Amino acid sequence: MNVATPAGTGRGSSLGLFVFRIGRLAVTVALTFLGLLFVTFVIGRVIPIDPALAILGDRALPHVYERVRHELGLDLPLYHQFWIYLVKAVRGDLGSSVLTGRPVIDDIRQFFPATVELATFATVLGVALGVPMGVWAAAARGRWLDHLVRVLALIGYSVPVFWLGLVGLLVFYARLDLVAGPGRLDVAYEYVVEPWSGLVLLDSLLAGELGVFRNALAHVVLPGAILGYLSLAYIARMTRSFMLAELGQEYVVAARVKGLSEARVIWRHALGNVMVPLVTVIALSYAYLLEGAVLTETVFAWPGLGLYITQSLFNADMTAVLGGTLVVGVAFVGLNLLSDVLYTFFDPRAR
Amino acid sequence: MRTRPLRLLMAGLLLASLAAPVAAETPKDTLVMAKVIDDIISLDPAEVFELSGGEMIANLYDRIMMYEPEDTTRLVGGVAESWNVSDNGRTFTLKIKRGLRFHSGNPVTARDAAYSLQRVIKLDKTPAFILSQLGWTKDNVGDLVRAVDDATLQATITKDFAPTFVLNCLSAGVGSVVDMKEVQNHEKDGDLGHAWLKTNSAGSGPFRLRQWKANDSVVMDAFPGYRHGPPKVRRAVVRHIAEPAAQRLQLEKGDIDMARNITPDQLATLRNRPDIVVGTYPKADLYYLGLNQKHEHLKKPKVRQAIRWLVDYQGMADTFLRGQFKVHQAFWPSGFFSSLTDTPFRLDVAKAKQLLADAGVPNGFSVKLDHANTAPFMDVAQSIQSTMGQAGIKVELVPADSKQVITKYRARNHDLVLLYWSPDYMDPHSNADTFARNPDNSDDAKTKPLAWRNAWDIPDLTRKTDAAVLERDAEKRKQMYLDLQRTVQQDSAFVIMFQSTEQAAMRKNVKSFVSGPTFDTVFYRLVTK
Repeated sequence: MNVATPAGTGRGSSLGLFVFRIGRLAVTVALTFLGLLFVTFVIGRVIPIDPALAILGDRALPHVYERVRHELGLDLPLYHQFWIYLVKAVRGDLGSSVLTGRPVIDDIRQFFPATVELATFATVLGVALGVPMGVWAAAARGRWLDHLVRVLALIGYSVPVFWLGLVGLLVFYARLDLVAGPGRLDVAYEYVVEPWSGLVLLDSLLAGELGVFRNALAHVVLPGAILGYLSLAYIARMTRSFMLAELGQEYVVAARVKGLSEARVIWRHALGNVMVPLVTVIALSYAYLLEGAVLTETVFAWPGLGLYITQSLFNADMTAVLGGTLVVGVAFVGLNLLSDVLYTFFDPRAR
Repeated sequence: MRTRPLRLLMAGLLLASLAAPVAAETPKDTLVMAKVIDDIISLDPAEVFELSGGEMIANLYDRIMMYEPEDTTRLVGGVAESWNVSDNGRTFTLKIKRGLRFHSGNPVTARDAAYSLQRVIKLDKTPAFILSQLGWTKDNVGDLVRAVDDATLQATITKDFAPTFVLNCLSAGVGSVVDMKEVQNHEKDGDLGHAWLKTNSAGSGPFRLRQWKANDSVVMDAFPGYRHGPPKVRRAVVRHIAEPAAQRLQLEKGDIDMARNITPDQLATLRNRPDIVVGTYPKADLYYLGLNQKHEHLKKPKVRQAIRWLVDYQGMADTFLRGQFKVHQAFWPSGFFSSLTDTPFRLDVAKAKQLLADAGVPNGFSVKLDHANTAPFMDVAQSIQSTMGQAGIKVELVPADSKQVITKYRARNHDLVLLYWSPDYMDPHSNADTFARNPDNSDDAKTKPLAWRNAWDIPDLTRKTDAAVLERDAEKRKQMYLDLQRTVQQDSAFVIMFQSTEQAAMRKNVKSFVSGPTFDTVFYRLVTK
């Protein structure tokens, strides 16, 4: 949607512009969510699984079956069901999951932090290694370092994460004993720390339980590293290509002619200009991981959001799927807004 | 400047190394088990009807009648000390054992037992039918099931059922005794404590629930005051680990004591390890083919006969199903009262071809086979496809998520379906009721037993099944079920193929894990490690 910017110089009109922008943003976000929910809702209803079956199994008496269908609102037309859901959602009631028997909001509070923990770990790793690798590869274009980075990235792109997870477990957990196995904590460490944020790493640190922290870290390292590798592959590739474009610019030549050190040219000047598109790439890859990495979560018995949504979908448990989708949507929109804010930080022209 | 990313990298590696070597051993007094438990939707005994949920409540609650881990095939009193049946066979008077306590410390009384049964009928969840078939309804259950005093429970049924059948019904999950005071304390909006009991326990069983985290774990603590003495382990932890390979790795490392969902090929390699034992437990689940009688060819008796000769029962049981299944061709599993163990059918393509020719389809026909897209259904379906193909029946496989298969099955939209059935309680009527009874074959019938789902109209068999459940002479009753099984075995809409076996791998030090014939006779209380 491209709206002409009203011309104006006065203070009042700049406030008007601000309000207009906020309003436009709100409408866009609302429409995005509406569309997202609607599509998810329809998908959930066209899959050939009877949602009442998920609750009842297939041996319930007919009147019980009918009652549950009625309770779920399945006897109403589709648009009516959707409307009821929307009205409740606006009031903050996301309904109850039929599979866990709890309010969806409680489920999300339990599952989402696990995903956030994993995704954040992976993204930090991906950025910390991916960006320098991309920069080095671009600076050493065509040489062995460049090839190495590109091959590593290609592998990260193409190897199935499921396989990578199992091999990782076999090597680092079973054979080398460097990391802990599936799950978030060993049994001995469960229930030591009261959950506050749901992020075990954070909670254990806050509680001063270093043993729990170490154990949680030992558990998150492997799945985090594997997802981090995927994110690294993407970030390194993108950084490389952004940097290549930038290093061919005239200002880079000018900087070199001025006698600036190569390091300064690359890390300060070129990378500085690449940061804007790079922030978008990083935000998107983070958002992608927040969606939940179903396969990784399955292999590592990691009780995250992706697994929750997938499982709910297979049981036609639509309130849970919609609730989860909503969270993913919020994460996407939020990270997009955040990267917009970060633009102004990296690019003085956008201030 | 150049060193900044390097420093970052080093810092990251340092952080990662903090996590290095981890002690891999489970706490001495805790049993840690890996199992797929994403099917649990509730732990309220009035609602539980899922495999994993059934197993959990078997360890959290005592039932009025029950099977104990010491002998999982013998029905004994749970909280009931003794029982007698009135002369007309309709009133059951049960004496409650003295001195029993709930986890809360409250005494277990006949009032709790009566409340528990009434609650099942009033809440009317899926398993309520096990009790409502006795004639109990929301309106009459208050009068028919009542506590005469603290020690005496009186239950009256409205039909002349065989007493063994009634007692078996009281041994199902719905016969679990809940702590009335505790549950009433958590009642909200007249829900009989249902919302609370879904995720909590209020029983007198060997364990009390500490926490159930959906898709993650169930943790239960030993109840020191249990009537048989406290369980041998202080805590049992069941962790949801979906991937069999991950279960296996954790077992090998000693991070878990037991793995319940390891595939047969993985078990084969585990058997060679000195520190791991594989336990084998016969189950009551039956795997069968359903033949929709609305199909123009499948409804012909000769075709139904032919298909019986076109399944490679023994071939499958000896190869990819080895250790998991044995051949069984009757609707009541072997090892129980009135089991029929004859297996008259085997793969015989020539005989089947002759039967197809007699049926007027010498060149076979095309048919679809719906089945779940998981093991062992995929392999079994492929074997059936191949052997039926040898006689000219072209089978198109339609794999799908199991809930999708069942949705289609319930709508009678299948041709052939490959599924399994496990009894709801350990009385032959549980299976006869579904394989040999179809009171109304119309499309809008109220009850949908397996016979109905295959549109198999059997007024005569239905009458015989109804008579068998009323027969009070045990020997006569047994003969009636044997007859019913023979009839269904020889000619019906079902080709029953296998009875399953559970295999669980465990560390060598784990002893006395008990897994009985049904999903809710799996007990942790005798386990030592």
